[in-house]
Amino acid sequence: MMFSLSRLFLIVCAILWLTGCDSSADRPVVVEFWAMGQEGEQVRALLPEFERRHPDIRVRAQQIPWSAAHEKLLTAYAGDAMPDVFQLGNTWIPEFVALRAVAPLDERLNAWPTAALDDYFPGILAVNRLDGQTWALPWYVDTRLFFYRSDLLAAVGFTEPPATWEGWLQAMARLKTLDDAERYAILLPINEWQLPVILALQRGATLLRDRDQYGDFQNPRFREAFVFYLSLFEQELAPPVGNAQIANLYQEFAHGYFAVYVSGPWNIGEFGRRLPAAVQAHWMTAPLPAWTPHLAPPGEKALAVGASLAGGASLALSRTSPRQEAAWKLLEYLAQPEQQARFYQLTGDLPARQSAWNDAALAGNRYARAFRRQLQHVQATPPIPEWERIAHRIAYYAELAVRQQVTADEALAALDRDVDRILEKRRWLLEREAAR
Amino acid sequence: MTGTERHTAFSAWAFLMPALLLIAVFFFLPVLAALALSFTDFDIYALGDLDRLRFIGFNNYLQLLQSPLFWTALGNTFYFVIVGGPLSVAVSLGAALLVNSRLIRFPGLFRTAFFLPVVTTLVAVAVVWRYLYHPRYGMLNYGLSLLGVEPIDWLGDPDWAMPAIILMAVWKNFGFNMIIFIAGLQNIPTQLYEAARIDGASAGAQFRYITLPMLGPTFLFVALMTMIGYFQVFAEPYVMTQGGPAHRTLSIVLLMYEEGFRWWNIGYASAAAFVLFVLILAGTLLQLKLRRRASL
Repeated sequence: MMFSLSRLFLIVCAILWLTGCDSSADRPVVVEFWAMGQEGEQVRALLPEFERRHPDIRVRAQQIPWSAAHEKLLTAYAGDAMPDVFQLGNTWIPEFVALRAVAPLDERLNAWPTAALDDYFPGILAVNRLDGQTWALPWYVDTRLFFYRSDLLAAVGFTEPPATWEGWLQAMARLKTLDDAERYAILLPINEWQLPVILALQRGATLLRDRDQYGDFQNPRFREAFVFYLSLFEQELAPPVGNAQIANLYQEFAHGYFAVYVSGPWNIGEFGRRLPAAVQAHWMTAPLPAWTPHLAPPGEKALAVGASLAGGASLALSRTSPRQEAAWKLLEYLAQPEQQARFYQLTGDLPARQSAWNDAALAGNRYARAFRRQLQHVQATPPIPEWERIAHRIAYYAELAVRQQVTADEALAALDRDVDRILEKRRWLLEREAAR
Repeated sequence: MTGTERHTAFSAWAFLMPALLLIAVFFFLPVLAALALSFTDFDIYALGDLDRLRFIGFNNYLQLLQSPLFWTALGNTFYFVIVGGPLSVAVSLGAALLVNSRLIRFPGLFRTAFFLPVVTTLVAVAVVWRYLYHPRYGMLNYGLSLLGVEPIDWLGDPDWAMPAIILMAVWKNFGFNMIIFIAGLQNIPTQLYEAARIDGASAGAQFRYITLPMLGPTFLFVALMTMIGYFQVFAEPYVMTQGGPAHRTLSIVLLMYEEGFRWWNIGYASAAAFVLFVLILAGTLLQLKLRRRASL
């Protein structure tokens, strides 16, 4: 069937060619573009302007739901049906590089003025670089920081959020005993890996060792951060609950069941929409606290802001696309500061280029300011395809330790063992590469 | 073979061919491919470049048997099948007896009402049940508090999560088996009950010596289908707990899904699938054997 169809196609082509009806010369190039969720829907508003500037290019934007995006991209790759341009979650980049699915960009980026690349948040751009190559361009960024109830914090004597964990520990201890309402200081869903990892990065742990071939979780630095994380639960500053048990996060935050929540920019909009009017004036965002001199060994100074994770999404070109020139033009267009600012207005996604932050709408958003500061202090997780699996194991053992089913040391030893097994294939590949 | 016979055989094959072809292409071929994959370490690296694929023999199976996660999942699945399966069948039978009873008015209404959960989308059901199970606002805990029971964190407590999932699964699924039981009950000739009543048999004795034996084949069918279905439990823990808390509701199929489609360890996931296949086959054969012995 396939054979006869392709033969039919050839015949039709031949006839068209013979009769001189070939119109491909003035037919525009169609660029296939996949974007996820809300972004996939809103980006369409930016495309008419692009097509006006490039009459020879048409863009077909396809919206993919986030929940299916990873599978769809992988199956598209396996089925040789990749789009020309696609959105990639930051943490997926190493995986798609390992798959050899994305085209390197450095050659094209060399034509850019250096100021343009310096305009990106450096920590975010770093996530897109791997093995000395740039594989994708940041589109929008996110990171995690504190969302807190300013009225509750003021009630315990803090008009400004503390800058260090030590200060926050004081504030949290007082929040816990503020009145006899059932109250916790901070909500840290116990099935998430982000906070233990953030604390470890702040403490200077590398997570993996020997070119990311083995787990390094029994390292004293990681252990110290992990024990600190567990202590937040032991002191009952954080409730030992998972995500699924918080039926309505916004309601609980409004009731003051917890005063601090660690989350990302998507919740600026959600908090604005979902919190009752009475609470609207009483919440704020703050950068993550820094690891304090008291908590760190003597001789190490505290930073003004504690590190957080470099998150967000990037745009990449398919390595096999026959339309890379046109696809690159689309990528360049979406990277322009004006388009980044417009995209923020459409979606609320924070722009990856710092000059876009001077746009009136974003500069006027008081909740976004803390993000701008935090984004100067972001770190990447290990750039290997196995990272998400490893992160999943961290969440699992952290949960066991919070529930006190294992001790911290047992959890970390088991974590190292599991991670070493996950990285077995990576070690084999590196070994084979070295032997060649 | 005579000419007519050959002709008949040919027509039979011709009629069977489309179905056989479909089964071969969409069932046997993928199953064989999965079997082959289960002896390799097919993963994300191999997807990018087949040169990075290793044939590893029974390693996946050995690794599976050594993985504590697999044993947790196996234990959870057996828990679900052994507690949930009989409970589900018993509830279905009870509901069928009630709905089929002559004392009841509007049997059609009850039949429909009991069948409704079966046709409702699981995700919608899960949202409602998550509220019912909420430790502080949930109706279930409110009802229990009236009896003086301390609030239970249904989905968050590792010991209660599986019972909570089983309860929801039984509620969601019993309607289907109930309909089959009702059909079975209606096939029992009424003369048998009349004769029993004339002999002075009590309602309990009628149930024990007429209803149950006459329902035998229906029972076997329901028990088998329930067991097979419950071994493959996936959607309930997937939408309610994602396998948590602390993997206490992780089932084998959920483990398979995570390994295969989340981490793209297709080889390892295929091995898990074949272990499950063997388990279900063994369970089915065991039930058939018990049944045969019972009917002898």
